[in-house]
Amino acid sequence: MATTQQIGRSSQPAQQSTPAGQFAPHAPIEIDHLSHDYGTRLALDGLTFDVRSAEIFGLLGPNGSGKTTLFRILSTLMVPTGGHARLAGFDVSTEANRVRLQTGIVFQATSLDVKLTVGENLMHQGHLYGLSGSHLKSRSKEVLDRVGLTDRKNDMVETLSGGQKRRVELAKGLIHSPSVLLLDEPTTGLDPGARIDLWNYLRILRDEQGVTVLVTTHLMEEAEHCDRLAILSEGKLVALGSPAELKAEIGGDIVQFETASADAATTLGARIADRFGVVPVVVDNAVRVEREQGHRFLTEVVEAFPGEIVSVSVSKPSLEDVFIQHTGHRFWLDQGEEKQ
Amino acid sequence: MATATAPTPASIGLTRLKTSLSSSLWIPAYSLWRRELVRFYRQKARVVGVIASPLLFWLVLGSGFSKTFQSHGAASAAASGSTHYLSYFFPGAIIMIVLFTAIFSMMSLIQDRNEGFLLSVLASPVSRSAIVLGKVLGGATLAAIQGWVFLVFCPLAGVHTTPLGMLYAMLAIALTSFSLTALGFVIAWPMDSTQAFHAIINLVLIPLWLGSGALFPVSGASGWLRFLMLLNPLTYGVDMLRNGLFPAELTTFSPEFNLIVTVVFCAVVFVGSWAVVNRRSNKPAA
Repeated sequence: MATTQQIGRSSQPAQQSTPAGQFAPHAPIEIDHLSHDYGTRLALDGLTFDVRSAEIFGLLGPNGSGKTTLFRILSTLMVPTGGHARLAGFDVSTEANRVRLQTGIVFQATSLDVKLTVGENLMHQGHLYGLSGSHLKSRSKEVLDRVGLTDRKNDMVETLSGGQKRRVELAKGLIHSPSVLLLDEPTTGLDPGARIDLWNYLRILRDEQGVTVLVTTHLMEEAEHCDRLAILSEGKLVALGSPAELKAEIGGDIVQFETASADAATTLGARIADRFGVVPVVVDNAVRVEREQGHRFLTEVVEAFPGEIVSVSVSKPSLEDVFIQHTGHRFWLDQGEEKQ
Repeated sequence: MATATAPTPASIGLTRLKTSLSSSLWIPAYSLWRRELVRFYRQKARVVGVIASPLLFWLVLGSGFSKTFQSHGAASAAASGSTHYLSYFFPGAIIMIVLFTAIFSMMSLIQDRNEGFLLSVLASPVSRSAIVLGKVLGGATLAAIQGWVFLVFCPLAGVHTTPLGMLYAMLAIALTSFSLTALGFVIAWPMDSTQAFHAIINLVLIPLWLGSGALFPVSGASGWLRFLMLLNPLTYGVDMLRNGLFPAELTTFSPEFNLIVTVVFCAVVFVGSWAVVNRRSNKPAA
């Protein structure tokens, strides 16, 4: 597919033809003290991180964490109120059109025209990106081939299944051979089989074409597929790293003691801290402790405070534990209404 | 010898400008324009509705009113020479088709926004002018074609005109199609529900047509109504069409004046639609 990549880029100016930032001094996505204020609410609060070349990067956060705002800014639909975001070295606020040429976007809602055929949708998208003629035809054929929909080219989009539509969206996002692909909750509404397919396509893009992929998600199991993750909460970056690294930071096991009430949990948390010199996190009516050799610790605690514990559990840390560890609250409790 | 064939910096600059214009303006505008047409003809009900309803309207309303107008002697004064109210109402009916088609095609703008199609256009590197051009010209083309098709009923309406008059009438239809579509664009752009758009149609667009001399002449109105009709830019479009279809008759305004006002109206609403699209802000775009 390396040759395809060259064909795809050949019509663009020389300085943009470097494949996916191989020699580029810039990271494909640089986010620098980025803030966004909707007037009444601070949606993003001084985010700073880079996305590396040819990685699948996940933005994980509950609704209202700011990931949709960040996605809007990266897709140049909204100008941030503070800080900078650069894609392929270009600033989203001041060089929007250069950013757009380098970026493929797959929105959460379908952006296809259902009254047009698959092929017509792709031709139209190509025209928007300045492609035309035989070059566009060959690109259209390539991307359809890539998502396995060549035989549906002349079918009306309204006759496709949800998974097939999502694949057309992906083809649409790739028509201009972008070096960065942004996807907003890409597996929403897909059945498990279609989800697996989509992730396979994303990996192929990363491995064979060196495309940098950014995916937003609110699903822990999706986030596990990413090479690296940024975890957002209330507009702030709370953790950054590969899923394995993030979970390893927690160390040993997660031991959880459930009590009868939130007050009881607070009391128990303080007493555990006193007695064992650990730093427990109290979430609702449960006390959570991260600890090597969790089963042994569990026995000690239950023996020390027998009357106060309703139930206990020991588990290997999950991404949800990472989230709780960094924010002190549960992932799903944070359901502030996200604006738009 | 290499220097002899090498293009001058100026010509490179010009070529680059042409390339960037074609890739960011003309090709996308063409593509959006074509989409409007393809979508329209794929929805057969729209095609039927937009031809049949004004025809019905023209025949029923026109026939009904013709008695009333004649009995009061108003029709002869109003249409000054054309004996039948159906003739008087004919240009108004054509403008009505144009208005309906323009309204419906701009309603698709709200649909595009809600379905997410518009989002992907806004996130692409097309110049904002291409969106306006493609969408407005698309709607205007449809409206004009519908209006022109209705001209086949000219013999029924007792139209006596010259080839030049017919061309002038077609120009009037084209310009009015453009201005009404652009007006629809300005109204539809900030909206996110077709219900709200319907309210505006009833509140603004239908009255605009009612008070344009389509149903009764400006000379027949008095006082504040006459004043409003004179302010209504559509009045001049209807009158311009009347100039073309009934060149022998004396219309309210001169053909030249009608043409100028209609062209200025086109320009104003087009600039308006361009302005509403060219706002990029730190509010959600769509």
